[in-house]
Amino acid sequence: MGAWVMAGVTFREAARKKLLLMALLAGVAFIALFSTGLHFQVRDLRSQHVPRLVTQEAERAFIMMGLYAVDIIAVVLTALTSVDTLSGEISSGTIQAVATKPISRRQILIGKWLGFVAMLTIYVALMVGGILGMGHWLSGIVPRNLMLGAALIWIECVLILNLTLFFGTAFSTLTNGVLVLGLHGIAFLGGWIEQAGAVLHSPRTVTLGIVSSVIMPSESLWRRAAFEMQSPIVGALNISPFSNASVPSTAMIGYAAVYMVLVLVFAVRRFGRRDL
Amino acid sequence: MLVNRPIARSPDLRMTDFAIQTRNLRKVFDRKVAVEGLTLDVRRGEIFGFLGPNGAGKSTSVKMLLGLTAPTAGQATVLGCPVGDVKIRRRIGFLPEHFRFYDWLTAAELLNVHGRLYGMTEAQRRERIPALLDLVGLSEHRRQRVREFSKGMLQRIGLAQALLNEPDLVILDEPTSGLDPGGRRLVRDIIKAQRERGAAVLLNSHLLGEVEVTCDRVAFIKHGRVLESRRMDALAAGETRVRLRAGNLNDEVLSGLARWASAVTPNGHRFTLTVPSADVLPEVTRYLVAHSVDLYELTPEKKSLEDLFLEIVGSEGGL
Repeated sequence: MGAWVMAGVTFREAARKKLLLMALLAGVAFIALFSTGLHFQVRDLRSQHVPRLVTQEAERAFIMMGLYAVDIIAVVLTALTSVDTLSGEISSGTIQAVATKPISRRQILIGKWLGFVAMLTIYVALMVGGILGMGHWLSGIVPRNLMLGAALIWIECVLILNLTLFFGTAFSTLTNGVLVLGLHGIAFLGGWIEQAGAVLHSPRTVTLGIVSSVIMPSESLWRRAAFEMQSPIVGALNISPFSNASVPSTAMIGYAAVYMVLVLVFAVRRFGRRDL
Repeated sequence: MLVNRPIARSPDLRMTDFAIQTRNLRKVFDRKVAVEGLTLDVRRGEIFGFLGPNGAGKSTSVKMLLGLTAPTAGQATVLGCPVGDVKIRRRIGFLPEHFRFYDWLTAAELLNVHGRLYGMTEAQRRERIPALLDLVGLSEHRRQRVREFSKGMLQRIGLAQALLNEPDLVILDEPTSGLDPGGRRLVRDIIKAQRERGAAVLLNSHLLGEVEVTCDRVAFIKHGRVLESRRMDALAAGETRVRLRAGNLNDEVLSGLARWASAVTPNGHRFTLTVPSADVLPEVTRYLVAHSVDLYELTPEKKSLEDLFLEIVGSEGGL
């Protein structure tokens, strides 16, 4: 019961603060930009008598680019909305009015988690849905393994959320934000290093990329999502930035899932023990 | 009255005479000892004042009682349950020193969220919330967002949430902070009403005058230890200074006062006596009249809580 109250408050806080509304408005602007770009690309390419296979692949690549941007925006939005929830309430003393009620610390944290998960689920669904819907309307293309790809993007956001909650139990808001986005930056760069290493046949570079994914597996979830959704031809030819030159293995995806769950478990434990 | 119903004992509630019991409660932050060894008993239905200079460990002690901070050592029970027990918090109301909550909520919504956190049913919340808004004088502001509230209004809504669950124990940390005289009167009335309905109140306050008029008992705390605990009605007992105005008081009669008074300070027709207890004053009066002294005034000076505080805790400021 207590967890649901906290989930409701957390969700409503985002809504009342117009945070979700602003994020959605920014999302609409983003999808409008994407759609306009795709519209011009489709019209210009098709008027140049380029073989249909080539135009299709170019349109698929454009949709993948849109999805990649959605992934980055969703990750940043997840971190920004949740970064202040624990450290901010601890420093302002708001948490004292909550934690002295007949509700356990675990319920408080899980309640907040549920509220944020609900919010990011809606956001990811609307943004991915928007890109795919407009992509299909303008080009007639539907990426393959849609649900799997969207689920991997969603898991990446939940992982970021869990990490933000975990650091929020120990650090100030600013330190928390720097840590989470810094770690995601490592993962982001590591992903590209791994990709480049695979294309250039440099095993040590690939290992470096994998090590960065072990430290922070968020980006590997996107790379797997991209691999699942992109055209098999482009992937096989290694001509796309999301090529399957070095695809995160199923083991890495499993590791990311375990990482995600463990970080939340540690956040609950740490929040349960800390002085407020 | 709806806002002041006597405590109904539920059969599952562990019965104990004490609302709070602590034994050698200790809290150390890194290397700093915040609470040295707090031993305290607060009875059910008692209004208990917790006094001490800044940094004496009062707030840390309150946080330990509420499960916000884990004790480093020692034992403590609240309403018969170990501190940290989540269920017993249904029976506790707490007003933090600086009450803060989600400021995008309206006053009524804020109380509704607190009611739901207490596990109150919708019917209970429908009944209690308007009554409490009325009690703290915020009925007209029930649809106003908390972010627009003044400090005093925040403190009032904080008081309302602390009483929402009809608690058996109310812990008030500096409740009059930010309140105008009307608000301070409200706090006094609320505390008295809690005593009437049988609830215990732990009052943490710097305003000794308020503690003096509301509390049954006080504990003086310094460096995280209870230096002394006193009943307020016994405050007048013990060594008392007496103001005396008299004529025809010769040296012989004056020296005879030594039987009762440890010190006599003459100042013309005015004298100050220090007697071991106010109980001896009728005897002193009879003695003076029997020796044909013209007695104009004999007034025992009540020792204020402030005097007692400075005497017990010392005058050096807190941290």
